[in-house]
Amino acid sequence: MAGDADRKPVLSKKIDKFFTGLASAFSFVKRFFKEVLVPPYELKEVVHQCYRIGVESLPLISLTGFIVGIVFTNQSRPSLSEFGATSWLPSLISIAVVRAMGPLVTALIAAGKMGSSIGAEIGSMKVTEQIDAMEVSATNPFKFLVVTRVLATTFMIPVLVMYTDFVALMGSFLSVNANEMVSMTTFFVQVFESISFLDIISSVLKSLLFGFTIGIVGCYKGYNSSKGTEGVGRAANSAVVMAMFLIFIEELLVLQIVNAIRMM
Amino acid sequence: MEEKVVEIEGLKKSFGDLDVLKGVDLDLYKGENLVVLGKSGSGKSVLIKIMVGLLRQDEGSMRVLGQEVSTLKTKALNELRLKIGFSFQNSALYDSMTVRENMEFPLVRNVKNLTRGEITKKIEELLDSVGLPQSINQMPSELSGGQKKRIGVARTLILNPEIMLYDEPTAGLDPITCMDINNLIVQVREQYNTSSIVITHDLTCAKVTGDRQAVLLDGQFKAIGSFDDVFAHAKDGRVKSFYDYNFIDS
Repeated sequence: MAGDADRKPVLSKKIDKFFTGLASAFSFVKRFFKEVLVPPYELKEVVHQCYRIGVESLPLISLTGFIVGIVFTNQSRPSLSEFGATSWLPSLISIAVVRAMGPLVTALIAAGKMGSSIGAEIGSMKVTEQIDAMEVSATNPFKFLVVTRVLATTFMIPVLVMYTDFVALMGSFLSVNANEMVSMTTFFVQVFESISFLDIISSVLKSLLFGFTIGIVGCYKGYNSSKGTEGVGRAANSAVVMAMFLIFIEELLVLQIVNAIRMM
Repeated sequence: MEEKVVEIEGLKKSFGDLDVLKGVDLDLYKGENLVVLGKSGSGKSVLIKIMVGLLRQDEGSMRVLGQEVSTLKTKALNELRLKIGFSFQNSALYDSMTVRENMEFPLVRNVKNLTRGEITKKIEELLDSVGLPQSINQMPSELSGGQKKRIGVARTLILNPEIMLYDEPTAGLDPITCMDINNLIVQVREQYNTSSIVITHDLTCAKVTGDRQAVLLDGQFKAIGSFDDVFAHAKDGRVKSFYDYNFIDS
Protein backbone atom coordinates (compact mmCIF):
# COMPACT_ATOMS: atom_id res chain seq x y z
CA MET A 1 0.00 0.00 0.00
CA ALA A 2 2.87 2.30 0.87
CA GLY A 3 4.31 1.57 -2.55
CA ASP A 4 1.03 2.66 -4.20
CA ALA A 5 1.09 5.89 -2.23
CA ASP A 6 4.65 6.58 -3.39
CA ARG A 7 3.77 5.95 -7.01
CA LYS A 8 0.69 8.17 -7.08
CA PRO A 9 2.46 11.55 -7.00
CA VAL A 10 4.84 10.42 -9.76
CA LEU A 11 1.93 9.26 -11.92
CA SER A 12 0.02 12.41 -11.11
CA LYS A 13 3.02 14.56 -12.08
CA LYS A 14 3.35 12.69 -15.38
CA ILE A 15 -0.33 13.17 -16.17
CA ASP A 16 -0.06 16.83 -15.23
CA LYS A 17 3.02 17.21 -17.44
CA PHE A 18 1.30 15.47 -20.36
CA PHE A 19 -1.79 17.68 -20.26
CA THR A 20 0.26 20.85 -19.65
CA GLY A 21 2.37 19.96 -22.67
CA LEU A 22 -0.73 19.27 -24.76
CA ALA A 23 -2.30 22.59 -23.75
CA SER A 24 0.94 24.41 -24.52
CA ALA A 25 1.17 22.74 -27.96
CA PHE A 26 -2.44 23.65 -28.79
CA SER A 27 -1.88 27.23 -27.70
CA PHE A 28 1.23 27.33 -29.94
CA VAL A 29 -0.78 26.08 -32.95
CA LYS A 30 -3.58 28.53 -32.13
CA ARG A 31 -1.06 31.37 -32.00
CA PHE A 32 0.27 30.32 -35.43
CA PHE A 33 -3.19 30.61 -37.03
CA LYS A 34 -3.74 33.94 -35.30
CA GLU A 35 -0.39 35.39 -36.39
CA VAL A 36 -0.39 34.03 -39.95
CA LEU A 37 -3.33 36.23 -40.93
CA VAL A 38 -2.03 39.47 -39.44
CA PRO A 39 0.50 41.71 -41.29
CA PRO A 40 3.45 42.11 -41.65
CA TYR A 41 3.72 38.90 -43.67
CA GLU A 42 7.54 38.54 -43.82
CA LEU A 43 7.31 37.34 -47.44
CA LYS A 44 11.04 37.74 -48.02
CA GLU A 45 11.81 35.40 -45.13
CA VAL A 46 9.14 32.91 -46.31
CA VAL A 47 10.82 32.79 -49.75
CA HIS A 48 14.24 32.41 -48.10
CA GLN A 49 12.98 29.51 -45.98
CA CYS A 50 11.27 27.91 -49.00
CA TYR A 51 14.60 28.03 -50.81
CA ARG A 52 16.44 26.51 -47.84
CA ILE A 53 13.88 23.78 -47.33
CA GLY A 54 13.23 23.04 -50.99
CA VAL A 55 16.48 23.44 -52.86
CA GLU A 56 18.80 22.23 -50.13
CA SER A 57 16.78 19.03 -49.73
CA LEU A 58 16.83 18.15 -53.43
CA PRO A 59 20.01 16.00 -53.51
CA LEU A 60 18.86 13.80 -50.61
CA ILE A 61 15.28 13.57 -51.88
CA SER A 62 16.47 12.74 -55.42
CA LEU A 63 18.73 9.94 -54.28
CA THR A 64 16.15 8.47 -51.91
CA GLY A 65 13.27 8.71 -54.39
CA PHE A 66 15.32 7.12 -57.16
CA ILE A 67 16.45 4.23 -54.94
CA VAL A 68 12.93 3.68 -53.59
CA GLY A 69 11.62 3.44 -57.19
CA ILE A 70 14.22 0.89 -58.26
CA VAL A 71 14.11 -1.18 -55.07
CA PHE A 72 10.31 -1.33 -54.92
CA THR A 73 10.14 -2.38 -58.58
CA ASN A 74 12.79 -5.05 -58.16
CA GLN A 75 11.17 -6.38 -54.99
CA SER A 76 7.71 -6.53 -56.58
CA ARG A 77 8.82 -8.22 -59.81
CA PRO A 78 9.27 -11.81 -58.49
CA SER A 79 5.79 -11.89 -56.93
CA LEU A 80 4.12 -10.55 -60.08
CA SER A 81 6.14 -12.84 -62.38
CA GLU A 82 4.77 -15.89 -60.50
CA PHE A 83 1.36 -14.92 -61.91
CA GLY A 84 2.84 -13.80 -65.25
CA ALA A 85 1.74 -10.27 -64.43
CA THR A 86 4.96 -8.28 -64.72
CA SER A 87 3.16 -6.03 -67.20
CA TRP A 88 1.25 -4.67 -64.21
CA LEU A 89 4.45 -3.33 -62.65
CA PRO A 90 3.97 0.29 -63.84
CA SER A 91 0.41 0.32 -62.44
CA LEU A 92 1.46 -1.19 -59.14
CA ILE A 93 4.41 1.18 -58.73
CA SER A 94 2.40 4.27 -59.65
CA ILE A 95 -0.35 3.46 -57.14
CA ALA A 96 2.17 2.68 -54.39
CA VAL A 97 4.33 5.71 -55.07
CA VAL A 98 1.61 8.32 -55.56
CA ARG A 99 -0.77 7.11 -52.86
CA ALA A 100 1.67 6.27 -50.08
CA MET A 101 5.39 5.94 -50.62
CA GLY A 102 6.10 9.32 -52.21
CA PRO A 103 4.43 11.41 -49.49
CA LEU A 104 5.58 9.15 -46.67
CA VAL A 105 9.22 8.82 -47.72
CA THR A 106 9.50 12.55 -48.45
CA ALA A 107 7.86 13.49 -45.16
CA LEU A 108 10.07 11.15 -43.14
CA ILE A 109 13.23 12.45 -44.79
CA ALA A 110 12.05 16.04 -44.34
CA ALA A 111 11.23 15.37 -40.68
CA GLY A 112 14.76 14.07 -40.16
CA LYS A 113 16.52 16.81 -42.10
CA MET A 114 14.34 19.90 -41.69
CA GLY A 115 12.57 19.09 -38.42
CA SER A 116 15.87 18.65 -36.59
CA SER A 117 17.40 21.67 -38.31
CA ILE A 118 14.46 23.93 -37.39
CA GLY A 119 14.35 22.60 -33.82
CA ALA A 120 18.10 23.09 -33.32
CA GLU A 121 18.21 26.51 -34.99
CA ILE A 122 15.32 28.02 -33.03
CA GLY A 123 16.43 26.25 -29.84
CA SER A 124 19.90 27.69 -30.16
CA MET A 125 18.44 31.16 -30.79
CA LYS A 126 16.31 30.77 -27.68
CA VAL A 127 19.13 29.80 -25.32
CA THR A 128 21.50 32.49 -26.66
CA GLU A 129 18.83 35.20 -26.18
CA GLN A 130 18.59 35.94 -29.92
CA ILE A 131 14.80 35.58 -29.72
CA ASP A 132 14.72 38.09 -26.84
CA ALA A 133 16.97 40.41 -28.88
CA MET A 134 14.46 40.24 -31.74
CA GLU A 135 11.59 41.00 -29.40
CA VAL A 136 13.26 44.05 -27.82
CA SER A 137 13.99 45.42 -31.29
CA ALA A 138 10.19 45.51 -31.81
CA THR A 139 10.12 42.51 -34.16
CA ASN A 140 7.67 39.72 -33.49
CA PRO A 141 9.96 36.66 -33.26
CA PHE A 142 7.04 34.24 -33.51
CA LYS A 143 6.07 35.69 -36.86
CA PHE A 144 9.63 36.00 -38.16
CA LEU A 145 10.85 32.58 -37.03
CA VAL A 146 7.84 30.31 -36.58
CA VAL A 147 5.22 31.50 -39.08
CA THR A 148 7.74 31.76 -41.94
CA ARG A 149 9.21 28.29 -41.34
CA VAL A 150 5.84 26.59 -40.93
CA LEU A 151 4.54 28.22 -44.13
CA ALA A 152 7.71 27.20 -45.95
CA THR A 153 7.47 23.53 -44.92
CA THR A 154 3.73 23.49 -45.64
CA PHE A 155 4.23 24.84 -49.17
CA MET A 156 7.44 23.01 -50.02
CA ILE A 157 6.65 19.45 -48.89
CA PRO A 158 3.89 19.00 -51.55
CA VAL A 159 6.34 20.25 -54.20
CA LEU A 160 9.02 17.88 -52.93
CA VAL A 161 6.50 15.02 -52.85
CA MET A 162 5.62 15.57 -56.51
CA TYR A 163 9.31 15.66 -57.32
CA THR A 164 9.94 12.45 -55.32
CA ASP A 165 7.03 10.76 -57.13
CA PHE A 166 8.58 11.71 -60.47
CA VAL A 167 12.10 10.58 -59.51
CA ALA A 168 10.81 7.31 -58.01
CA LEU A 169 8.80 6.61 -61.19
CA MET A 170 11.90 7.35 -63.27
CA GLY A 171 13.88 4.88 -61.16
CA SER A 172 11.15 2.35 -61.61
CA PHE A 173 11.04 3.01 -65.36
CA LEU A 174 14.78 2.31 -65.67
CA SER A 175 14.32 -1.04 -63.97
CA VAL A 176 11.20 -1.95 -66.01
CA ASN A 177 12.84 -0.79 -69.23
CA ALA A 178 15.97 -2.86 -68.58
CA ASN A 179 14.07 -6.03 -67.66
CA GLU A 180 10.76 -5.91 -69.54
CA MET A 181 11.86 -3.72 -72.49
CA VAL A 182 8.93 -1.36 -71.93
CA SER A 183 9.17 2.05 -73.61
CA MET A 184 8.85 5.30 -71.66
CA THR A 185 5.56 6.16 -73.37
CA THR A 186 3.98 2.80 -72.55
CA PHE A 187 5.27 2.98 -68.99
CA PHE A 188 3.89 6.43 -68.29
CA VAL A 189 0.58 5.77 -70.06
CA GLN A 190 0.10 2.82 -67.70
CA VAL A 191 1.21 4.95 -64.74
CA PHE A 192 -1.35 7.70 -65.40
CA GLU A 193 -4.15 5.25 -66.26
CA SER A 194 -3.79 3.65 -62.83
CA ILE A 195 -4.02 6.76 -60.70
CA SER A 196 -7.14 8.82 -60.21
CA PHE A 197 -7.79 12.49 -59.49
CA LEU A 198 -8.59 11.51 -55.89
CA ASP A 199 -5.15 9.90 -55.55
CA ILE A 200 -3.42 13.11 -56.61
CA ILE A 201 -5.62 15.38 -54.50
CA SER A 202 -5.27 13.21 -51.41
CA SER A 203 -1.52 13.02 -51.95
CA VAL A 204 -1.24 16.83 -52.15
CA LEU A 205 -3.52 17.43 -49.15
CA LYS A 206 -1.67 14.79 -47.13
CA SER A 207 1.64 16.44 -48.04
CA LEU A 208 0.35 19.83 -46.91
CA LEU A 209 -0.56 18.25 -43.58
CA PHE A 210 2.83 16.54 -43.28
CA GLY A 211 4.62 19.80 -44.12
CA PHE A 212 2.63 21.72 -41.53
CA THR A 213 3.37 19.02 -38.93
CA ILE A 214 7.12 19.04 -39.60
CA GLY A 215 7.30 22.83 -39.39
CA ILE A 216 5.10 23.34 -36.35
CA VAL A 217 6.67 20.50 -34.35
CA GLY A 218 10.23 21.69 -35.13
CA CYS A 219 9.36 25.26 -34.21
CA TYR A 220 7.46 24.27 -31.06
CA LYS A 221 10.28 22.12 -29.76
CA GLY A 222 12.89 24.78 -30.55
CA TYR A 223 10.84 27.68 -29.19
CA ASN A 224 10.29 25.85 -25.90
CA SER A 225 13.80 24.51 -25.44
CA SER A 226 15.82 25.36 -22.35
CA LYS A 227 18.82 24.19 -20.34
CA GLY A 228 21.52 25.39 -22.72
CA THR A 229 23.16 23.24 -25.36
CA GLU A 230 21.73 20.06 -23.87
CA GLY A 231 18.26 21.49 -24.35
CA VAL A 232 19.03 22.38 -27.97
CA GLY A 233 20.09 18.78 -28.69
CA ARG A 234 16.98 17.49 -26.98
CA ALA A 235 14.77 19.90 -28.95
CA ALA A 236 16.26 18.75 -32.27
CA ASN A 237 15.90 15.10 -31.35
CA SER A 238 12.35 15.32 -30.03
CA ALA A 239 11.31 17.41 -33.05
CA VAL A 240 12.25 14.49 -35.33
CA VAL A 241 10.71 11.77 -33.14
CA MET A 242 7.45 13.66 -32.57
CA ALA A 243 7.10 14.71 -36.22
CA MET A 244 7.66 11.15 -37.47
CA PHE A 245 5.16 9.77 -34.96
CA LEU A 246 2.51 12.30 -35.99
CA ILE A 247 3.18 11.70 -39.70
CA PHE A 248 2.40 7.97 -39.30
CA ILE A 249 -0.77 8.76 -37.33
CA GLU A 250 -1.86 11.27 -39.99
CA GLU A 251 -1.09 8.79 -42.78
CA LEU A 252 -3.36 6.27 -41.11
CA LEU A 253 -6.17 8.79 -40.61
CA VAL A 254 -5.96 10.16 -44.16
CA LEU A 255 -5.99 6.59 -45.52
CA GLN A 256 -9.23 5.86 -43.66
CA ILE A 257 -10.85 9.06 -44.92
CA VAL A 258 -9.77 8.51 -48.55
CA ASN A 259 -10.94 4.89 -48.47
CA ALA A 260 -14.30 6.04 -47.13
CA ILE A 261 -14.57 8.59 -49.97
CA ARG A 262 -13.56 5.93 -52.51
CA MET A 263 -16.39 3.67 -51.35
CA MET A 264 -19.03 6.40 -51.68
CA MET B 1 14.50 68.97 -10.60
CA GLU B 2 16.15 66.27 -12.70
CA GLU B 3 13.90 64.39 -15.11
CA LYS B 4 13.27 60.76 -14.28
CA VAL B 5 13.32 58.39 -17.27
CA VAL B 6 12.74 55.21 -15.25
CA GLU B 7 10.73 55.01 -12.01
CA ILE B 8 10.49 51.72 -10.18
CA GLU B 9 8.28 51.40 -7.10
CA GLY B 10 7.64 48.37 -4.91
CA LEU B 11 8.55 45.95 -7.70
CA LYS B 12 8.13 42.28 -6.82
CA LYS B 13 8.89 39.24 -8.93
CA SER B 14 8.93 35.55 -8.02
CA PHE B 15 9.70 32.40 -9.97
CA GLY B 16 7.74 29.60 -8.33
CA ASP B 17 8.68 29.65 -4.65
CA LEU B 18 11.73 31.81 -5.22
CA ASP B 19 11.22 35.51 -4.47
CA VAL B 20 13.76 37.29 -6.65
CA LEU B 21 12.69 40.92 -6.27
CA LYS B 22 11.04 41.80 -2.97
CA GLY B 23 9.76 45.32 -3.36
CA VAL B 24 12.41 47.24 -5.27
CA ASP B 25 12.45 51.06 -5.57
CA LEU B 26 14.80 52.82 -8.00
CA ASP B 27 14.91 55.88 -10.28
CA LEU B 28 17.06 56.54 -13.33
CA TYR B 29 17.60 60.20 -14.20
CA LYS B 30 18.04 61.60 -17.69
CA GLY B 31 21.64 61.47 -18.83
CA GLU B 32 23.00 59.39 -15.95
CA ASN B 33 24.71 56.02 -15.93
CA LEU B 34 23.35 53.91 -13.10
CA VAL B 35 25.11 50.68 -12.18
CA VAL B 36 23.17 47.84 -10.57
CA LEU B 37 25.52 45.56 -8.67
CA GLY B 38 24.69 42.23 -7.14
CA LYS B 39 25.79 38.65 -7.04
CA SER B 40 24.67 36.11 -9.65
CA GLY B 41 21.01 35.18 -9.36
CA SER B 42 20.14 38.29 -7.35
CA GLY B 43 17.60 39.48 -9.93
CA LYS B 44 19.61 42.19 -11.70
CA SER B 45 18.81 40.94 -15.20
CA VAL B 46 15.19 40.28 -14.21
CA LEU B 47 14.88 43.96 -13.37
CA ILE B 48 15.90 45.16 -16.85
CA LYS B 49 13.92 42.42 -18.58
CA ILE B 50 10.80 43.74 -16.85
CA MET B 51 11.79 47.19 -18.11
CA VAL B 52 11.50 46.09 -21.77
CA GLY B 53 8.49 43.84 -21.23
CA LEU B 54 10.32 40.52 -21.65
CA LEU B 55 9.09 39.62 -18.17
CA ARG B 56 6.15 40.94 -16.18
CA GLN B 57 6.28 41.90 -12.52
CA ASP B 58 3.98 40.30 -9.94
CA GLU B 59 3.45 43.55 -8.06
CA GLY B 60 4.61 47.15 -8.12
CA SER B 61 5.18 49.72 -10.78
CA MET B 62 7.75 50.06 -13.58
CA ARG B 63 7.40 53.37 -15.42
CA VAL B 64 9.71 53.93 -18.37
CA LEU B 65 9.66 57.33 -20.12
CA GLY B 66 6.42 58.04 -18.30
CA GLN B 67 4.64 54.84 -19.33
CA GLU B 68 3.69 51.91 -17.10
CA VAL B 69 5.27 48.99 -19.01
CA SER B 70 2.97 46.22 -17.72
CA THR B 71 -0.18 47.95 -18.97
CA LEU B 72 1.04 48.66 -22.51
CA LYS B 73 -0.54 46.89 -25.50
CA THR B 74 1.78 45.24 -28.04
CA LYS B 75 1.95 48.25 -30.37
CA ALA B 76 2.67 50.76 -27.62
CA LEU B 77 5.18 48.39 -26.01
CA ASN B 78 7.02 48.03 -29.33
CA GLU B 79 7.10 51.80 -29.71
CA LEU B 80 8.61 52.09 -26.23
CA ARG B 81 11.11 49.33 -27.00
CA LEU B 82 12.44 51.38 -29.92
CA LYS B 83 13.51 54.00 -27.39
CA ILE B 84 15.41 51.43 -25.32
CA GLY B 85 18.63 49.74 -26.40
CA PHE B 86 19.29 46.36 -24.78
CA SER B 87 22.80 44.96 -24.89
CA PHE B 88 22.62 41.28 -23.95
CA GLN B 89 25.11 39.37 -21.82
CA ASN B 90 26.14 37.09 -24.69
CA SER B 91 25.67 39.83 -27.30
CA ALA B 92 22.77 37.86 -28.88
CA LEU B 93 23.94 38.55 -32.42
CA TYR B 94 21.87 36.62 -34.99
CA ASP B 95 24.39 33.96 -35.90
CA SER B 96 22.93 33.21 -39.34
CA MET B 97 23.43 36.85 -40.42
CA THR B 98 26.51 38.95 -41.16
CA VAL B 99 27.33 41.99 -39.04
CA ARG B 100 25.73 44.21 -41.70
CA GLU B 101 22.53 42.12 -41.70
CA ASN B 102 22.49 42.10 -37.90
CA MET B 103 22.59 45.88 -37.84
CA GLU B 104 20.12 46.29 -40.69
CA PHE B 105 17.59 44.02 -39.02
CA PRO B 106 16.09 46.48 -36.50
CA LEU B 107 16.58 49.44 -38.84
CA VAL B 108 14.74 48.22 -41.95
CA ARG B 109 11.86 46.90 -39.86
CA ASN B 110 11.29 50.04 -37.87
CA VAL B 111 12.38 52.97 -40.02
CA LYS B 112 10.56 53.33 -43.33
CA ASN B 113 11.70 55.01 -46.55
CA LEU B 114 15.44 54.59 -46.01
CA THR B 115 17.54 54.16 -49.13
CA ARG B 116 20.21 51.45 -49.35
CA GLY B 117 22.86 54.20 -49.25
CA GLU B 118 21.42 55.74 -46.08
CA ILE B 119 21.31 52.35 -44.36
CA THR B 120 24.93 51.58 -45.30
CA LYS B 121 26.07 55.03 -44.16
CA LYS B 122 24.37 54.64 -40.78
CA ILE B 123 25.87 51.16 -40.28
CA GLU B 124 29.36 52.35 -41.24
CA GLU B 125 29.13 55.34 -38.88
CA LEU B 126 28.16 53.13 -35.96
CA LEU B 127 30.79 50.49 -36.71
CA ASP B 128 33.32 53.31 -36.84
CA SER B 129 32.20 54.62 -33.47
CA VAL B 130 32.64 51.18 -31.85
CA GLY B 131 36.00 50.77 -33.59
CA LEU B 132 35.11 47.88 -35.88
CA PRO B 133 34.60 49.28 -39.40
CA GLN B 134 36.35 46.28 -40.98
CA SER B 135 33.87 43.75 -39.54
CA ILE B 136 30.88 44.73 -41.66
CA ASN B 137 30.82 41.55 -43.76
CA GLN B 138 31.98 39.13 -41.07
CA MET B 139 29.81 36.47 -39.47
CA PRO B 140 29.38 36.58 -35.65
CA SER B 141 31.28 33.27 -35.38
CA GLU B 142 34.36 35.04 -36.79
CA LEU B 143 34.37 37.69 -34.03
CA SER B 144 35.98 37.62 -30.58
CA GLY B 145 33.90 38.05 -27.39
CA GLY B 146 34.82 41.73 -27.10
CA GLN B 147 34.07 42.39 -30.77
CA LYS B 148 30.67 40.72 -30.41
CA LYS B 149 29.86 42.97 -27.44
CA ARG B 150 30.82 46.05 -29.45
CA ILE B 151 28.70 44.98 -32.43
CA GLY B 152 25.84 44.20 -30.03
CA VAL B 153 26.06 47.74 -28.64
CA ALA B 154 26.27 49.20 -32.17
CA ARG B 155 23.16 47.25 -33.19
CA THR B 156 21.17 48.66 -30.28
CA LEU B 157 22.38 52.19 -31.07
CA ILE B 158 21.14 52.07 -34.65
CA LEU B 159 17.65 53.14 -33.59
CA ASN B 160 18.97 56.09 -31.50
CA PRO B 161 17.65 54.88 -28.14
CA GLU B 162 17.10 57.23 -25.22
CA ILE B 163 17.89 54.57 -22.65
CA MET B 164 20.62 51.92 -22.84
CA LEU B 165 20.49 48.73 -20.78
CA TYR B 166 23.72 46.75 -20.51
CA ASP B 167 23.42 43.23 -19.13
CA GLU B 168 26.81 42.11 -17.75
CA PRO B 169 28.80 43.97 -20.43
CA THR B 170 32.20 42.73 -19.24
CA ALA B 171 31.32 39.15 -18.31
CA GLY B 172 33.79 36.62 -19.67
CA LEU B 173 36.21 39.18 -21.13
CA ASP B 174 39.90 39.76 -20.39
CA PRO B 175 40.84 42.88 -18.35
CA ILE B 176 42.02 44.92 -21.35
CA THR B 177 38.87 44.20 -23.37
CA CYS B 178 36.81 44.94 -20.22
CA MET B 179 38.39 48.38 -20.06
CA ASP B 180 37.62 48.94 -23.77
CA ILE B 181 33.97 48.04 -23.16
CA ASN B 182 33.82 50.27 -20.06
CA ASN B 183 35.18 53.18 -22.11
CA LEU B 184 32.66 52.41 -24.86
CA ILE B 185 29.78 52.64 -22.35
CA VAL B 186 31.02 56.06 -21.22
CA GLN B 187 31.54 57.13 -24.84
CA VAL B 188 28.01 56.04 -25.83
CA ARG B 189 26.49 58.21 -23.11
CA GLU B 190 28.52 61.24 -24.22
CA GLN B 191 28.09 60.73 -27.95
CA TYR B 192 24.42 59.66 -28.06
CA ASN B 193 23.06 61.43 -24.93
CA THR B 194 21.65 58.24 -23.47
CA SER B 195 20.66 57.36 -19.92
CA SER B 196 21.93 53.90 -18.99
CA ILE B 197 21.53 51.08 -16.55
CA VAL B 198 24.57 48.82 -16.35
CA ILE B 199 24.02 45.43 -14.76
CA THR B 200 27.28 43.97 -13.48
CA HIS B 201 29.16 42.35 -10.65
CA ASP B 202 32.45 43.79 -11.92
CA LEU B 203 33.52 46.61 -9.60
CA THR B 204 35.97 48.12 -12.09
CA CYS B 205 33.16 48.37 -14.64
CA ALA B 206 30.93 49.89 -11.96
CA LYS B 207 33.50 52.49 -10.95
CA VAL B 208 34.42 53.52 -14.51
CA THR B 209 30.94 53.64 -16.01
CA GLY B 210 28.62 54.57 -13.14
CA ASP B 211 27.50 57.95 -11.83
CA ARG B 212 25.55 56.10 -9.15
CA GLN B 213 25.73 52.54 -7.83
CA ALA B 214 22.80 50.48 -6.56
CA VAL B 215 23.59 47.24 -4.72
CA LEU B 216 20.90 44.56 -5.00
CA LEU B 217 21.03 41.94 -2.26
CA ASP B 218 18.31 39.53 -1.17
CA GLY B 219 15.84 41.04 -3.61
CA GLN B 220 16.20 44.62 -2.34
CA PHE B 221 18.52 47.57 -2.87
CA LYS B 222 20.73 47.78 0.22
CA ALA B 223 22.70 50.84 -0.86
CA ILE B 224 22.32 53.51 -3.54
CA GLY B 225 24.75 56.36 -4.15
CA SER B 226 28.13 57.28 -5.57
CA PHE B 227 30.82 54.59 -5.67
CA ASP B 228 32.64 56.03 -2.67
CA ASP B 229 29.44 56.58 -0.68
CA VAL B 230 28.21 53.05 -1.26
CA PHE B 231 31.41 51.24 -0.43
CA ALA B 232 33.16 53.59 2.02
CA HIS B 233 30.15 54.27 4.25
CA ALA B 234 28.19 51.06 3.79
CA LYS B 235 26.22 50.04 6.85
CA ASP B 236 25.38 46.61 5.49
CA GLY B 237 28.34 44.29 5.96
CA ARG B 238 27.59 42.39 2.76
CA VAL B 239 27.74 45.58 0.70
CA LYS B 240 31.11 46.39 2.20
CA SER B 241 32.37 42.91 1.58
CA PHE B 242 31.30 43.21 -2.07
CA TYR B 243 34.29 45.49 -2.47
CA ASP B 244 36.57 42.54 -1.86
CA TYR B 245 34.46 40.21 -4.01
CA ASN B 246 33.62 38.40 -0.80
CA PHE B 247 29.96 37.90 0.02
CA ILE B 248 28.81 37.00 3.50
CA ASP B 249 25.47 35.30 3.38
CA SER B 250 23.16 35.84 6.30
